[in-house]
Amino acid sequence: MKSLGSIRRDFAPWNDPNAKPYIQFDNVTKKFGDFTAVNNLSLTIFEREFFALLGASGCGKSTLLRMLAGFEEPTAGRILLDGQDMRGIPPYRRPVNMMFQSYALFPHMTVENNIAFGLKQDGMPKPEIASRVAEMLKLVKLEQFAKRKPHQLSGGQRQRVALARSVAKRPKVLLLDEPLGALDKKLREETQFELMDLQQNLGLTFVVVTHDQEEAMTMADRIAIIDKGEVMQVATPAEVYEAPGSRFVAGFVGNVNMFEGKIARGEAGGASIDAGNGITIRTDNAGTAGAGTAVTFAIRPEKIKVSSKKPAEAVNAIEGEVYDIAYLGDMTVYHVRLDDGQVVRASTMNAARITEDPLSWNDRAWVSFRPDAGVVLTR
Amino acid sequence: MNTTWSRFNITSIVLGFAFLYLPIVLLIVFSFNESKLVTVWGGFSTKWYVSLFHNQGLMDATWVTARVGLISATVATVLGTLAALTLTRYTRFKGRVLFSGMVFAPLVMPEVITGLSLLLLFVAVGLDRGFLTVTLAHITLTMCFVAVVVQSRLITFDRSLEEAAMDLGATPVKTFFQITLPVIMPAIVSGWMLAFTLSLDDLVIASFTSGPGATTLPMKIYSQVRLGVTPEINAACTILIAVVAIGVIIASLANKRREVQRQLDERAAQRG
Repeated sequence: MKSLGSIRRDFAPWNDPNAKPYIQFDNVTKKFGDFTAVNNLSLTIFEREFFALLGASGCGKSTLLRMLAGFEEPTAGRILLDGQDMRGIPPYRRPVNMMFQSYALFPHMTVENNIAFGLKQDGMPKPEIASRVAEMLKLVKLEQFAKRKPHQLSGGQRQRVALARSVAKRPKVLLLDEPLGALDKKLREETQFELMDLQQNLGLTFVVVTHDQEEAMTMADRIAIIDKGEVMQVATPAEVYEAPGSRFVAGFVGNVNMFEGKIARGEAGGASIDAGNGITIRTDNAGTAGAGTAVTFAIRPEKIKVSSKKPAEAVNAIEGEVYDIAYLGDMTVYHVRLDDGQVVRASTMNAARITEDPLSWNDRAWVSFRPDAGVVLTR
Repeated sequence: MNTTWSRFNITSIVLGFAFLYLPIVLLIVFSFNESKLVTVWGGFSTKWYVSLFHNQGLMDATWVTARVGLISATVATVLGTLAALTLTRYTRFKGRVLFSGMVFAPLVMPEVITGLSLLLLFVAVGLDRGFLTVTLAHITLTMCFVAVVVQSRLITFDRSLEEAAMDLGATPVKTFFQITLPVIMPAIVSGWMLAFTLSLDDLVIASFTSGPGATTLPMKIYSQVRLGVTPEINAACTILIAVVAIGVIIASLANKRREVQRQLDERAAQRG
């Protein structure tokens, strides 16, 4: 698929067959009693990659991170870091550091002692510790807060201290457990970009766990979507969004409209889908599904156009009634109820201040989309 | 809320405080009594305080009590903290429920029974009753109180602090001494103070387990009172009350100040 690559244009080691994986989960299973948190999962992460584990809470993503840090041992399978099997190596001997969701700042130590803690454990000479701490404080812009205790800091400042502490030892891999979860929306957006800059500048491998798809999309080179302890898809943000591999992924990331149907006939490079009730969908992206296969046709709301008259040139146009309109400022979201009862969500950017085709509640309307706008899912 | 002083409010406060403090006030007042008769006021005097310090028996008992208290509170704090750690951390070992029940049983055990059973034990193993036995008995008595205090702190302890320390390269032993212990230290200190206080005012268990030459202050006071209350005893009790009251006031003032400072800090942090 063209133009669905990484945001960092020249960085795509996962497409290079000779690239050596840096972190490998090799058929890893983790059970807590009868509960299987991670089920026979395999993943590879490359050096200097910003990798996101995305999933709902309880899907096993945090367990993956904790196994990498050494707080949990896999029940079965192996975890390799730079080719070395990590089994039996305790957390304090692993070249990874973790930033905790709760930040886990030591309440009885000042900011600078928090940052220096890991360096002292390594027996680094005092002058070097002092200069490294100063460097870290500068990195997170907290120079004037060095002597404060954690409870004397705001939430955003605590997050920065936690970050500084976890990168102070220059770990090979930084693990981040919901790093922005406790920040408010505005601060979260700013911090996302700061994290990306930091990762680039220090040349570290980041593995971040998050339940926030926007966060994962913004920051990560690749995203692994995890559900019930299994990997559903590993791909770049653009691929996950535009070419989801399954109904679950399509529905989990972003908004989507799904039509259940059957391939009526395959055509050159595409297919016609019989979606029932007289609706036929022409698509270019049928993949390998042959005639008669039960499929789901998935299409994103922003790829659907809503108009009061049937567009003359449209390949796919379905009639319905405007059921709901939500004006969001930058865009307007229409909910159109088709004649078979299905509700289609369509969003339009409000590029002009005054729209030419004002639709209102209960108006008859047409939804239309191009044959290359959606994807056909068989799983 | 109604803040006016109604007659009912005043009456209840006066009655309540009188009920609590009248006996103590009486004791303090009569410690300054000139007369040797405890219940007859004969004018103000501090002579009983002077003679108190020449009463070798009382001074010896005070010294014994202080040593028993210091040693037993310290040992009980170590043991109680270890018990609390085990009970909160290793929640899946066999017999945990039984163990925790057994640690806390002395809390509700009548002291007479604890004292008697300890006495039987010491006799059975042939341990001469004296300083050692009363100290051991007080460790038994106070350990569970320390365990309760420390355990309630450990339940709210954020385990990720320890994980963070280990993640940063600290071994489990270093993590315990550099992170866990400093964070739970206030609870350990209050556990120690509780243990010390309990040891200080215990009469029942000490009577069972102590022997000649190791008479504690409460035992001494009790035995003297049986021969008749002297103002000297009143003076000794007044000093004891003063010591405890000063300790409590200092502790609560320090606590209050820390709390206020903390709130100020947090408000300042929120502002920027």
